[in-house]
Amino acid sequence: MNDAQSAGDAAPLELRIDAKTYLSADGTPVEVVRGLRLRLEAGAFGALIGPSGCGKTTILRIAAGLDRDFRGESKTPGSGRLGMVFQEPRLLPWRTVEQNIRLAMPLHETPVDLTGLVETLGLGSHLARYPGELSLGLARRAAIARAFAVRPDFLLLDEPFVSLDEAVADRLRSELVALTSRAKVTTLFVTHDLAEAVQLADRLFFLSDRPTYVLFETSLPPPRGSRSKQTVASISDEMRARTAQARAEAQGK
Amino acid sequence: MQRIYSLAALIAVWAVAAALIHSRLLPGPLTVGTVFLADTRSGELPYQMACTLARVAGSFAFAMVFGVIAGYAMGRLKTVDRYADAWLIVLINMPALVTIIFAYVWIGLNETAAILAVAINKLPNVIVVMREGARALDPELDEMAEAFRFSWPTRIRHVVVPQLAPYLAASSRSGLSIVWKIVLVVELIGRPNGVGFVLGSAFSLFDMARILSYAISFIVLMLLVESLLVQPLERRAIRWRRRPA
Repeated sequence: MNDAQSAGDAAPLELRIDAKTYLSADGTPVEVVRGLRLRLEAGAFGALIGPSGCGKTTILRIAAGLDRDFRGESKTPGSGRLGMVFQEPRLLPWRTVEQNIRLAMPLHETPVDLTGLVETLGLGSHLARYPGELSLGLARRAAIARAFAVRPDFLLLDEPFVSLDEAVADRLRSELVALTSRAKVTTLFVTHDLAEAVQLADRLFFLSDRPTYVLFETSLPPPRGSRSKQTVASISDEMRARTAQARAEAQGK
Repeated sequence: MQRIYSLAALIAVWAVAAALIHSRLLPGPLTVGTVFLADTRSGELPYQMACTLARVAGSFAFAMVFGVIAGYAMGRLKTVDRYADAWLIVLINMPALVTIIFAYVWIGLNETAAILAVAINKLPNVIVVMREGARALDPELDEMAEAFRFSWPTRIRHVVVPQLAPYLAASSRSGLSIVWKIVLVVELIGRPNGVGFVLGSAFSLFDMARILSYAISFIVLMLLVESLLVQPLERRAIRWRRRPA
């Protein structure tokens, strides 16, 4: 269905949301996004950073094509083969981990060997278990494995490491870096954790409060994923200052 | 084990009461057993039970298939629900006897009318339960299925049906018992065979032993269906639930 856009494998992600409103429970319209423009080169890893509740998930759902009720335009990279990691693992509780992973893979494809992926994520001994028997950390890994098993050219992650303890989150982050650098995939990653974004991404998009737009964006020099603690801290400080400034300017207008 | 004790106690109470009253109107377990054996040997009881069982199976299948489709549609699509809800209320409050009479009058005293009448009596109950099930479907899993471009057969089989399984089990449970009771009425009114027909003729002869032996035989048969078919299926459907680690 996305044939027109898949012609060039190197098509960027282009997202333009002029307006997105939804009706709140009491029927009043709430404007979540206004005038948001976002462009991410093919194969790049972009991070959306913004305060909680600023509509990051909404933007991700629009990029995924799950929400078509908005004014604007969304051009997704590649053949539209999407891998998605939701905030909660969203596994099918009545299917084993392996079935969950395999079900997401396109039907017409010959069975793929999952061993490498499963080993990277440390899921080897849990494939035959049901999600209800897993810890949250393991369930998150299963959800990440599912997104990668699709062999996506477009990957969306919605705060996939939130509420995990720092050691586990850290290990999963380096696994994510390993997986995304091996397969050239355009990735959009949502987080409210600036250090996490700086560590993982090569392009940062800072979002305003509601109605959300991109306050400013910036590229980070490579190599991503292997930045030292000090580098991450100093970039984060700089970004914090720039965000504060951009916010002040936005209010001054 | 407790179940067996309590059943034995029930039979004992029955035997004592029958011995005390000593009347043709309350035959004891032995008398009923004798009738059961005689009718089984002559082939009469198996034949009548088979007739009834076939009708139960037919109307049960009809009611489940259409009830699940209609209930799912009403639970998922608000418009369908808004239009069909009034019909459902009419259907659910229609006395079983009225449906049966109309089926026989319009379609004739035949098998189609009998099975249809029973199915229509069971149908609204299935619809109501399945509508609740469809309403309770997890929208987050729907989104997941859409994001990963699940095909429709995959969605139905791996996302929807497992969520509806408890509702399917509940409606088939209550369904089997309702259906077989209404089948007896249908047979009593307008069929030349089946347990209901036998009960009708036994009633006119005050043959209480025969009534009890047929009723008990069918209760036992339904118990077997429940424990050999419905329960294993249900266990299979919920085997993924967290086991004690």
